[in-house]
Amino acid sequence: MPEIGVRHETMSIWEYANPRKFTATATRLLPWVAWAAAILTIGGLIWGFAFTPNADRFESTVKIIYVHVPSALMAINAWLMMLAGSLIWLVRRHHVSALAARAAAPVGMVMTLIALWTGAVWGQPMWGTWWAWDPRLTSFLILFLFYLGYMALWAAIEDPDTAADLTSVLCLVGSVFALLSRYAVNFWNQGLHQGTSVPVATGGRSVADVYFLPLVACMVGFGLLFVALVLARTVTLIRTRRLAVIEMKAVRA
Amino acid sequence: MRALLFRDLRLAMRAGGGFGLALAFFLILVVMVPFSVGPDPVLLSRIAPGVLWLGALLACLLSLDRLFALDHEDGSLDLLATAPLPLEAVTAVKALAHWLTTALPLIVAAPVLGVLLSLPAAGYGWLVLSLLAGTPALSAIGTFGAALTVGLKRGGLLLSLLVLPLYVPTLIFGAEVARRGAEGLPIGPTLALLAGVTLATLALLPFASAAVLRINLR
Repeated sequence: MPEIGVRHETMSIWEYANPRKFTATATRLLPWVAWAAAILTIGGLIWGFAFTPNADRFESTVKIIYVHVPSALMAINAWLMMLAGSLIWLVRRHHVSALAARAAAPVGMVMTLIALWTGAVWGQPMWGTWWAWDPRLTSFLILFLFYLGYMALWAAIEDPDTAADLTSVLCLVGSVFALLSRYAVNFWNQGLHQGTSVPVATGGRSVADVYFLPLVACMVGFGLLFVALVLARTVTLIRTRRLAVIEMKAVRA
Repeated sequence: MRALLFRDLRLAMRAGGGFGLALAFFLILVVMVPFSVGPDPVLLSRIAPGVLWLGALLACLLSLDRLFALDHEDGSLDLLATAPLPLEAVTAVKALAHWLTTALPLIVAAPVLGVLLSLPAAGYGWLVLSLLAGTPALSAIGTFGAALTVGLKRGGLLLSLLVLPLYVPTLIFGAEVARRGAEGLPIGPTLALLAGVTLATLALLPFASAAVLRINLR
């Protein structure tokens, strides 16, 4: 039976809500994550580009899948991470969480752009067009607009806590509407885009093993790259805010 | 609540309230369309439902930044926040006032402008119905955007950037109802989806609007 009144030293995830602890751990982790991301992404890309055969109908264009699929995956996951960060901020008021959501937005936006761009580059020879108003393409474009709005709101508000609150609510409302748009767009136009290559939910897959393994390497690599960028950016944001406080004190003194 | 609604309506009607401005914008926008795509009646009648919907949507956007800004400047927003009326109701009434002063005139004007774009005869009723079912959502979403940007000095452009992506589902379903109506296709499911989006928006967004308004008034 545990003694009453004694706090047991169990590690809790919430300890990282302390900016100091978060910064310390993040700076310690960062080189490892960054190197793992670099090795997996570069390794996966080289493996995919140089050491897999060309697919029958697609010839060498199929290789863009090693950039396209991971970036599309991270474009959506970045928004989900922002949603989680916003919720945690609204419920538990941990500043690190709000800053991590803010840090993830530009990364997610760039991932969305990469996914759209690589898709266009692939679509040109395969579908004969750079752009089509296909549901998946359209909903990614809408997601891109949501990223823009979210970042613009962060940039527009001076008071950091107000900005965190307002962007968090925007992220929640935006998530609902982004999801709604996804289905509305589906309803609105039938698409050219094929189904997902790696349906995680069903466990099956439509990609042959030769392509699948380097693809997984790239997906994990992009995931780690995202984590590394968000860690680095969050630490930077924490330090920027601390710097602002120090400067304020210096001015008042 | 009624007092607040009438006050907002009166303020909008008075000189300088901007009543009719959205209507004029809608008219100009629709008149400009044939100049940009050519006067071909076949093309115009095909794009008419979409153009009218887009025009109504953009016209709705125009008056949003005044929704809370004036009340915020003269301090009456703080009074409203401390009044016994819950802020959720205040935002709902504001959305209703916006709808009555901005969207309703647009809906009345839309069939007239439909003539300019040679909208097929079958389309008029469905156009009005789709606007009736869709524009309340535009007002409610716009109120949320206005509440979000009320503290900002130059919130106008930002407001559009925030609100327009949220308008996407309503625009898709609304324009689709109008298009199907004009082409004589079955309407039922699309209209139901449009009304569903509107009802869900009306039910939930006042809470979000009130929440962000509280944050901004802190």
